[in-house]
Amino acid sequence: MMIEVQELTKYYGPTLAISRLNFEVAKGEIVGFLGPNAAGKTTTLKILAGFFPPTSGTARINGFDCVHDSIEVRRSLGYLPENVALYQDLTVSQFLAFAARAKGLDPKKEKAELERVIADCGLKEVRHTLTASLSKGYRQRLGLAQALLGRPPLLILDEPTIGLDPSQIVEIRQLIKELAGEHTVVLSSHILPEVSQLCRRVIIINRGQIVASDTPENLSRQLGQGTRLLLTVRGPENQVRPALAAHPGVLEVSSLEDGRYVVTCQSDVDLRPHLARLIVDNHWDLLELKTQEFTLEEVFLNLVTEEEGDQA
Amino acid sequence: MNGVLAILRKELIVYFTTPIFYLTGFCFLILGGYFFYSNVLYYSVVSYQGAQNPHLATYLNPAQMVFRPLYGTLAVVFLMMVPLLTMRLLAEEKRSGAAELLFTYPLTDWAVILGKFLSALLVYALLLGLTLVYPLAFSWVGRVDWGVLVSSYLGLLLLGGACLALGLFASSLTENQIIAAVLAFALLLLFWLLGWQQEMGASSLGSFLTALSLMEHFDTFARGVIDTKDLIYYLSFIYFFLFLTKRQLESRRWRA
Repeated sequence: MMIEVQELTKYYGPTLAISRLNFEVAKGEIVGFLGPNAAGKTTTLKILAGFFPPTSGTARINGFDCVHDSIEVRRSLGYLPENVALYQDLTVSQFLAFAARAKGLDPKKEKAELERVIADCGLKEVRHTLTASLSKGYRQRLGLAQALLGRPPLLILDEPTIGLDPSQIVEIRQLIKELAGEHTVVLSSHILPEVSQLCRRVIIINRGQIVASDTPENLSRQLGQGTRLLLTVRGPENQVRPALAAHPGVLEVSSLEDGRYVVTCQSDVDLRPHLARLIVDNHWDLLELKTQEFTLEEVFLNLVTEEEGDQA
Repeated sequence: MNGVLAILRKELIVYFTTPIFYLTGFCFLILGGYFFYSNVLYYSVVSYQGAQNPHLATYLNPAQMVFRPLYGTLAVVFLMMVPLLTMRLLAEEKRSGAAELLFTYPLTDWAVILGKFLSALLVYALLLGLTLVYPLAFSWVGRVDWGVLVSSYLGLLLLGGACLALGLFASSLTENQIIAAVLAFALLLLFWLLGWQQEMGASSLGSFLTALSLMEHFDTFARGVIDTKDLIYYLSFIYFFLFLTKRQLESRRWRA
């Protein structure tokens, strides 16, 4: 196991930030932390990175305790903070050289390692620029570059693609994907497609608690509460809609314009042949019939709003 | 040790790529040059009188009449300059948020503190080294007692180290560089003026406070005497404030 977290709790003064988190991350896994703002993602990652200790509970990285063996833990990880703050008076290469030394890299390998991360993160053209005058995108890449120095077994990336333009986002995502296998990656994001693209496992966190942890596909399936069918039917709406709704197994029907209907049904039965027959038997025309997966966005909103509903 | 060097190197780059070092160095040398010039002028006037008055001539001594007052005055200038050298060191880390990166690197708190302290000390030593021009220039025209000079420079180095340690501590207390500088200046002034107690009326408390005064211990060095009492005073002053800085850095762990 790369990360083992047990009953992790953190208070900021009287405010509870995270409450009794338990999770594990295996070596080589890419895990995404997903949650609305102030859900406790950053707090969890900061504890893992050894920036501050939890109020109670334990976190172990690579077998080392995050509090007692802090130096060992920090040696085995690369951390990209949420707001990448860099030393304004250093140039990109000076900054990376400092980071390499601070991380205790072998001075002989330092130069090659710097060249590698500069090339990987696309920083060649700005290497002699002061970090103060870098654009947000470059700053983010520099943050990622310093995290990658020394090929740490664990990468903790807090919102790695925030502030980047679409083409840079694609590049960085590709880079993170390539890192899988060699590195274990824990990243946080509130961009759902990003997480579903990058991560093999998603941990959804809300109000300091884990509300779900599974693969993106499983989450969409299990928590989508049924499958959805999209139908386009030529026929009088006032008859089609009640007929669909009355069919056993159908949970909900909503109609869109141009004779399109979204039918939510129980996930254990495939209603497609039955609905097709129903429409044909009524002498309407079936123009289109397809299943629609729940997106992670919907799963996420469901989970988060359900929670809030429970608490209200 | 590598951690200390990494921090030291980074801080030196920042010192020498930003204007603060050049600006303080410039102002300091102008002041130093002016004090040296006026002391030498005074000395030459007195030695001219000494030529007619053999009794006065026995008191003529460049170490006592030129360099001792010069270094006394320079020490005061350093007192005002040190907060400018240290104010950025830790306050800026916190303000910019770079502390988050720094404290997730595998560096101990001591490595961070020592790296920063030594960088400031090196910069200070460099400024101090520039003042060697004065005795060198003087040695062209007169006789210089190098022993007293070595002891004076050792004293100035230790005094500066003590001031820098205090300045570093002030910088660890706040995110704002100005507040760090004001705080450091106020504390330094306090430690400076503690010695005045005794002059106002000697009491046991007065002599205790005098023993704590930064300036009091420097004076022995300026006279050419290296006393272990003074060495220990400065070294423990430095350690004490570096230790407080360490405690202050640690507090982020339980205060957060």
